[in-house]
Amino acid sequence: MTSVQTKTQLSHGIDISSMERSQTPTRIEDESIAIEVDALNLYYGQKRALHNVSMKIPHKKVTAFIGPSGCGKSTLLRCFNRMNDLIDGCHVEGGLRLDGKNIYDRDVDIAMLRRRVGMVFQKANPFPKSIYENVAYGLRLAGINKKRVIDETVEWALKGAALWDEVKDRLDDSALGLSGGQQQRLVIARAIAIQPDVILLDEPCSALDPISTLKVEELITELKNNYTIVIVTHNMQQAARVSDYTAFMYVGDLIEFGNTDQLFTKPTKKQTEDYITGRYG
Amino acid sequence: MATAQQEIAAAMPKTLVAQDTRGVNAYIKSGAPYVWVTAAAISVAFIITLALLVLTATRGLPHFWPADLVQGRYQQPERDAESLLVEIRSAEEITTARLRDAGLAVTDDKPLHQRLLVKQANRDVNGVDFRYLLSDWLVERSEPADAVVLERTEWGNFHGFLAGIDEDGKPVDSGADLWALFQQRVDRANELRSKLRAIEKGRIGSINYAIERVRLDQRRLQLDGRTPENDPAAYAELDQRRKEQEAAYQGLRGELDLIKAELARDTVRVRTVDGSEVTLPLAKILDAYRPNAMNLLQKTGYFFHRLWKFVSEEPREANTEGGIFPAIFGTVLMVLLMSVVVMPFGVLAALYLREYARQGVVTQSIRIAVNNLAGVPSIVYGMFGLGFFVYFVGGNIDRALYSESLPAPTFGTPGILWSSLTLALLTLPVVIVATEEGLARIPRSLREASLALGATKAETLWRVVLPMASPAMMTGLILAIARAAGEVAPLMLVGVVKLAPSLPLDGDFPYLHLERKFMHLGFHIYDVGFQSPNVEAARPLVYATAFLLVLVILALNLTAISIRNRLRERYKALEG
Repeated sequence: MTSVQTKTQLSHGIDISSMERSQTPTRIEDESIAIEVDALNLYYGQKRALHNVSMKIPHKKVTAFIGPSGCGKSTLLRCFNRMNDLIDGCHVEGGLRLDGKNIYDRDVDIAMLRRRVGMVFQKANPFPKSIYENVAYGLRLAGINKKRVIDETVEWALKGAALWDEVKDRLDDSALGLSGGQQQRLVIARAIAIQPDVILLDEPCSALDPISTLKVEELITELKNNYTIVIVTHNMQQAARVSDYTAFMYVGDLIEFGNTDQLFTKPTKKQTEDYITGRYG
Repeated sequence: MATAQQEIAAAMPKTLVAQDTRGVNAYIKSGAPYVWVTAAAISVAFIITLALLVLTATRGLPHFWPADLVQGRYQQPERDAESLLVEIRSAEEITTARLRDAGLAVTDDKPLHQRLLVKQANRDVNGVDFRYLLSDWLVERSEPADAVVLERTEWGNFHGFLAGIDEDGKPVDSGADLWALFQQRVDRANELRSKLRAIEKGRIGSINYAIERVRLDQRRLQLDGRTPENDPAAYAELDQRRKEQEAAYQGLRGELDLIKAELARDTVRVRTVDGSEVTLPLAKILDAYRPNAMNLLQKTGYFFHRLWKFVSEEPREANTEGGIFPAIFGTVLMVLLMSVVVMPFGVLAALYLREYARQGVVTQSIRIAVNNLAGVPSIVYGMFGLGFFVYFVGGNIDRALYSESLPAPTFGTPGILWSSLTLALLTLPVVIVATEEGLARIPRSLREASLALGATKAETLWRVVLPMASPAMMTGLILAIARAAGEVAPLMLVGVVKLAPSLPLDGDFPYLHLERKFMHLGFHIYDVGFQSPNVEAARPLVYATAFLLVLVILALNLTAISIRNRLRERYKALEG
């Protein structure tokens, strides 16, 4: 992927990794906190997949999870909107607080949680409906049926996902006719249409070509003005480019979590250093 | 001893040029035999299907062709000659020995003699419609242009020559063109007859239905313990309704008598081929044509005219004459009712099995049980339908809701509703299995997409999964229709009859009469083929009906398939 990065830098003449970087590194302690993970353990049947993970996800920042395949970064991400509940034999111990409320409490309505914590998946998964109906889906679920409201929101969300100009003339066409990158941005539009607090991105660019990847990355930088973003990626360059904070995970353990620049330049743990310098993973 | 690596190296090719292109092994390896075998399999399937259609069509459809009438003298050795006017149906070569065994004095000069199957009609005069003739003995053949075939309401067709038309018993001066005048009179009679039918079947039928309702209402009053003494108003109202209906009936009665008198005005004198003259009332003549005077185009036109009558009219004369419309109607309506029942039922069952039930031993055994239901012989379903639906459910409905008409059963007797339900049960496994497979194919990513947007499981099912699985459901329905439309055995127990007096759908409230018995093409084939007194007349009808049954099922299936294709196009799954 290094060559890809070079290419995008060349073609656009900008080094994204240096964009919007302040001189003095910010510290988690100074941020307001959106999500607090507290001693989280996750089991698939008898097998423990997450070991005592504790971390604080800052508000309206981009937090990236990196680590080798199978390290539990996607599993952790899917705890944030309780997507793991769908897996038979999966259970969670510990706390995960969104605005101070543990989302694993018994009285939590999962549908309401997921409206506040949106998610974008590794592979774009638009519904086999029109572009318009894809974006309107979450609104209709929320009981919003006024055509004027939906029209406005669809336009707003598609603009927010930097897709509006490409699809505004064919909103009634099937979403399946879009390219992979457009589909992924459509899915992001679908997620932001219901105005969640948090957006979870699970390797959103892993199936995209470099140009589409760049567009989605620009979009992520754009979106953090309004949303708390958590992104899982296996691409360290991407994490370095888009995130403010990075967590490095290894076999179910959170090894190191901190300011992205610091983590990539001065890792405090040996495992982190080995990974980012490419010694394994 | 060679190591594994060495052995592999020895087995790998050293050159890129094919070494062994001849020989059986190379041929089998090339894959060509599989192509041939698979192609042969599909060809055989296709050819057999085609042959089935061609056979039923060629055996059935010629029945509607206005064949020429042959006049001739049938001269059997040492017997008196007979004059005949016949339609030759078929010819076959029979060995002389067999004919001799049958007591025919045939000559020995050739090994085979041609035997003809002819329709001589005039059943009232000759006793039988069809007879076998030895071709050699039918001499002095000619095809007189004025030979007429009359289709009658009873006794089958009549072959002869027009002699004259009588009006109120007095001969009418026909002038030059007796045939034109006759046709005009036949048309007039047909018009009157259709008026008569409209009154009898339509309006008088409605009045009968209404009077029956009055009777039932009165019976209900009695059952409720209300007598003319304690509730005179209710009885007065019933009396009023009955009187209204009776007055209407008297009015129609007069109208009917007038039309009947009109219809009885004309009679036609017809001369048979042996010279005797018969007088036939025009009221009993449905149609008349002169096949020998028709050219090819006219015959083709008449062919389609008769085909249309076959499809659109009711059967006559123990189903050996007339059309099969009630059977087509009954078949289609029954299949539609069945679809309406089996679809929601099967889809809901599949949804629970696939989406809600915990996948385990119990679910798996239920699934196996459902699949095995598809293998239960259909007559067993018929028995179940009779015992459960008709006697138990129907009987209880009667006791609860139709007690006024007991002991005559309303729903406690075979009918179209019970037939549809029985077939719905029969086809349920097909729909469940197809729907389950459809549900299993919906990608997990789409369910997750919906859930991640805050949809509940039910909302996800309803908005994403079910629409996407709808093509699979339609596949289930197509298979169900294909199975149900051809099923006869269970229907004989739960609602099909050889002749239903009225259609299950008509103009009398509540329009759809689910308790009525109905006719079915499959059963009609059986009835005409095996229960008919007139074997030769029935034979082509069996083929023609079978052909139509295939066409009806084809039409039902094509409708379902086109719906499915439209759904598929709309919900085609994600690429890749």
